[in-house]
Amino acid sequence: MLVHVPGPWSPLLGRLALSEIPYKNLILAPLFVLIVLVGLALVGWITKRGLWGYLWREWFTTVDHKKLGIMYIFLGLVMLFRGFIDGLMIRTQQMLAVGPGDNGIKAMGAIHGYLTPFHFGQIYSAHGLIMILLAATPLLVGLMNIIVPLQIGARDMAFPYLNALGFWITAAGAALIMISLFVGDFSHNGWFGYAPIFEMSYSPGVGVDYWIWTLELIALGTTLGSINFLATVVKMRAPGMTWGRLPVFTWSAVSANIIALTSFPCLQVALALVGADRYLGTHFFTAGFGGNLMLYTNLFWLWGHPEVYFVILPAFGMLGEIIPTFSEKPLFGYVAMVLATFAIAGVSWIVWLHHFFTMGMGPYVSTEFSVATMLVGIPTGVKVFNWAFTMYRGRISYTAAMHWALGALFLLLIGGLTGMMLSIPAINYMVHNSVFVVAHFHMMLLCIVYAVFGAVIYWWPKVFGFRLNEAWGKIMFWLFSAGTALVFIPMFMLGFMGETRRLDWPFDPHWAGLFDVQEFGIAIYVLSVVSFVVLLFVSIRDRAKERVGADAWGTSRSLEWLTDSPVPFYNFAMVPEINARDEVAWRREHGFLDIRPDHYKAIHMPNNTPVALYIGATLFLLGFALTWRIWWLSGIALLATVALMIWRSAKGDPGYVISAEEIARLDREARQKMPVDGGDTVPVGGFAGGQIMAYSREVSDQDRSHRGPKSW
Amino acid sequence: MSSSETVVDPDKVRLWSEDYEGHDVISTRTFGFWMYVLSDAMLFATLFAAYGVLSYPHSYYTGPTPAQFVAPWYTFVQTMALFLSVLVYGWAMASLKDGNKSGVINGLLGALVLGILFLALDIHDVMRLVAAGITPEVSGGLSAFYCLTQVHAAHIFAGLIWIIVMLWQVARKGFTEDVVGRLISLRMFWQFQAVMWVFIYVFVYLWGYMS
Repeated sequence: MLVHVPGPWSPLLGRLALSEIPYKNLILAPLFVLIVLVGLALVGWITKRGLWGYLWREWFTTVDHKKLGIMYIFLGLVMLFRGFIDGLMIRTQQMLAVGPGDNGIKAMGAIHGYLTPFHFGQIYSAHGLIMILLAATPLLVGLMNIIVPLQIGARDMAFPYLNALGFWITAAGAALIMISLFVGDFSHNGWFGYAPIFEMSYSPGVGVDYWIWTLELIALGTTLGSINFLATVVKMRAPGMTWGRLPVFTWSAVSANIIALTSFPCLQVALALVGADRYLGTHFFTAGFGGNLMLYTNLFWLWGHPEVYFVILPAFGMLGEIIPTFSEKPLFGYVAMVLATFAIAGVSWIVWLHHFFTMGMGPYVSTEFSVATMLVGIPTGVKVFNWAFTMYRGRISYTAAMHWALGALFLLLIGGLTGMMLSIPAINYMVHNSVFVVAHFHMMLLCIVYAVFGAVIYWWPKVFGFRLNEAWGKIMFWLFSAGTALVFIPMFMLGFMGETRRLDWPFDPHWAGLFDVQEFGIAIYVLSVVSFVVLLFVSIRDRAKERVGADAWGTSRSLEWLTDSPVPFYNFAMVPEINARDEVAWRREHGFLDIRPDHYKAIHMPNNTPVALYIGATLFLLGFALTWRIWWLSGIALLATVALMIWRSAKGDPGYVISAEEIARLDREARQKMPVDGGDTVPVGGFAGGQIMAYSREVSDQDRSHRGPKSW
Repeated sequence: MSSSETVVDPDKVRLWSEDYEGHDVISTRTFGFWMYVLSDAMLFATLFAAYGVLSYPHSYYTGPTPAQFVAPWYTFVQTMALFLSVLVYGWAMASLKDGNKSGVINGLLGALVLGILFLALDIHDVMRLVAAGITPEVSGGLSAFYCLTQVHAAHIFAGLIWIIVMLWQVARKGFTEDVVGRLISLRMFWQFQAVMWVFIYVFVYLWGYMS
C-alpha cells in the first residue's frame, strides 16, 4: 500500500537526516545563521521587556476579529517580503545568466548565473505559491476580518474561535513552507505543479510533499474562514443594515467568500489525489496505468481561477471604499457595482480552461471558454466606469491612500486589456507560457497589492487610532510604481520576443539589456520596501501628532467610521441602528455624528483560548511528519488534533459579560482619549504610553467576577 | 440614498438599537454548518468528476472494471443500514423536541450501531476486493473507485466519533444551547452523508454493475 521511497528511511526519523539540511549552501547557510540571530535578538528583547505574558494574553490566545486581522496582515506582509526576495533572486539569476556562454558562478555549482536549475525551480515555485496564497490571501482575509464586522455593526465574527483556528492553520502552512528553506527542499515544479513531474518517479525528494501539505493547510484555513464570513454577514447585521445598505467592501467579501467556500475543496481534493499517488501508489495522474494527466490540471485550475477572483474581488471592494471617501461623493452606481461583483464571481467558475488552451480541446470547447473569459471584461468595465464616475466632479483629495487606489486602476486597465488579448485562443497559443502571460497576471496581482496598501493606509487609523505619514506613503507609492514599470514593461516586451517563463538560463544575448532594466526596477522595489519601513517608523514615532477621532478622514462614509478609533474590543458600545446606505455620511449630513448613546446595555463577549494555537501547532506537526514520512509523529499529531477538538467541544465557552455601567465607563474614557479638534490634541493614555496597540481588553475586577466558568 | 433635502426629525430618528438582542446563536451555527455542508458537497462533486474522468475502459488499464467486481446487493444492505441509521437519528431529534433525554440517547445509540454496521460492511467489502487483488495500485480507475467510496467511509467514521462524543455530552450536560446546536449540525452531517451515499450507490455500484 505505502509507496517505497528511494533513499534511506528510518522508523524514528522517516526520511529526515542531517544530510537534508543544506548547511553547505552558500545562500541558505548564512541566511539560516542570520535568521537564528535575529530570532534570538527578538526573543531576548521580548523577554527583557517582559512582553511574553502580554503577547500570550492579547495576541496568541485572542479570538478578537481585529487582532486576528492584524496578525493575518502581519503574516501576509512577512510572506510578501519573503516572496519579494524570491522574485529578486529570480530576476538576478536571469540578469546574470543571460547569454550563450558558460557564465556561472562555480562556487555555487551553477553553470549559468548563480543558481542551479533545481534551486531556481524551487524559488519560482515558492514565489508563486507564497505571493498568491500566503501574501495576497492573508492580507485580504486580514482586512476583511477587521472591517467586515465593523461595517455591518457586529460585535465580532459569528464564530470567534473558528476565526482564530483559521488563522493559526494558515500560519501553520506558512511555517511549513518557511521550514522547507532549511530542512530539505521545496517543490521545483511551479506553484501549480505539473503532472506527472510531481509523481514519485520524477520528483523523489520531499519538495512536492512540502508543497502538498502547505497548500492543504492554507486551503483548510481559508475554507474555515469563508464559512465564518458568510455566517457573519448573513446572520449578524445590525438592525436596519439591509442587503441594499451593505457597504460594497462587505459585498465583495461575501462574493469572495462564496468563491472560497466552493472552490477550495477542489484544491484540497486535487492535492489529496497527488498525495495519494505519492504516498499510496495510486494512479490518478500517472503517465500510464490508466491515469490522466490533464485531470490534475483541470482540477487545479477549477480552483485556481475562482481563487484569482477570490483575491481580486476584495481588492475591488477596497477601491469602492477608498475612492468615494476621497472624492467626497457616494459611490456611483451602487447596485451596478454589486451586480458586477457577483457577475465576476459567477463567471469565475466557467473560465478555468483558459489557463491551458494548448491542451487542445477542440474549437467548440475553446470558443466557450474564450467567450466566457471575454465576458469577465463587462462587469469589470462596469466597475472601472463606476469608480471613474464616482471621481467625476467629486472633490478629490490626493491622499496616499488615493494614490494607491488610482494606481490600482491603471494596473487593472493594463492587466485587464492584456487579459482580453489572452482570452483569444489564437493569441493565447502564440504567447502561452511566455513571460507576456507572467507580466499580465503580475499586473492583476499588483492591482491587488496596490489596493491592499491603499486599504492599509486608509483603515490604519481606524485600527490604531493614528494616521500613517502621508509623505512617506506617497514616496513609497512612487518608488513602488517606478519599480513596477521598470520590471514589467520589459517583461511584456520579452514575452513578445519569445522568452518563455521560468527560464533559469535565458540564452538569447539580445535580451540582456531588458534584464538589466528589470534588475534596476527590482532595486527600486527594494527602495520602496525600505520606504515602507520608514513609513511605519515615522508614523509610529509621530503617532501623537496624527491622532484621529472616530471619523479619521472627515469624509468617510460607511459604518466602521462610527465607532471610536482605535476600535474598542467590543466594537460598538451600543449596536447602531442603520438609517441609510452610507450611514456615517448620513449622520454627518444631519448632524448626528457626535451623538453618543445615552444609556448602555450589557455585552456578552467570548473568552480567549489557546486551543486554536495548539491545533495550528499539531497540524503543523502533522504536515511536517507527513512530508518526512515519520508515521508515528503523524499519528500522534492527528490524534492530538482530534483530542483537542473534542476537549474544546466538551469545555465550551460560556464567555463573560461586561455590565452596562462598565460599558458606560469604558465609552466615557474612550471619548476622553479622542481628540476633539481633529488631531491636534495629544491623547491621554491609551496607546501613547509605550504599546502601539491602542485598545486592550482591560475590564475591571468587578466585571471579571461576572465571567462564566473560565474556559482554558 | 439620503440627501440633504430629506427632512429628518432628530427626535424621531433612531441612532442606537434599544431592543436588539443579538443574533440567534443556534440559527447562526446551523447556517454556518450549512456552509460547511456546501463545501463538503463541492469536495464530493470534485471526487465524482475525477471518478467520471477515470471510468473509461482504458482507465482500468489491464485491471478489472467495476462490472466485474461490484456487488450491488451487498451494498444495498449497506444502503439500508445507513438509511435506517438516519431514520433512527431522526427519532432522536423528535425526542429532543420533547426534551426526552433517554429518547435522544437511545436514538443516538441506534444510529451509532447502524452506522458501525455500515462501516463494518464497507471494510468487509474492501477486504474481499483486496484479497482478490483488486487494489488502488492496479489502475487509475480503481484509484478513483477506492478514493470516492473510502472518502465517504472516512466521513462516516468521523460521524461515528461525533455521535459518541454527543452521546457523552447529552448524558453529561443535558440539552444546553451548545449540545442542541451540535445535535442539529450532526443531523445535517449524517443526512448529507446518506445523500452522498445515494449518489455513490447509483453511479458507482449500480451504474458500474450495468456498464
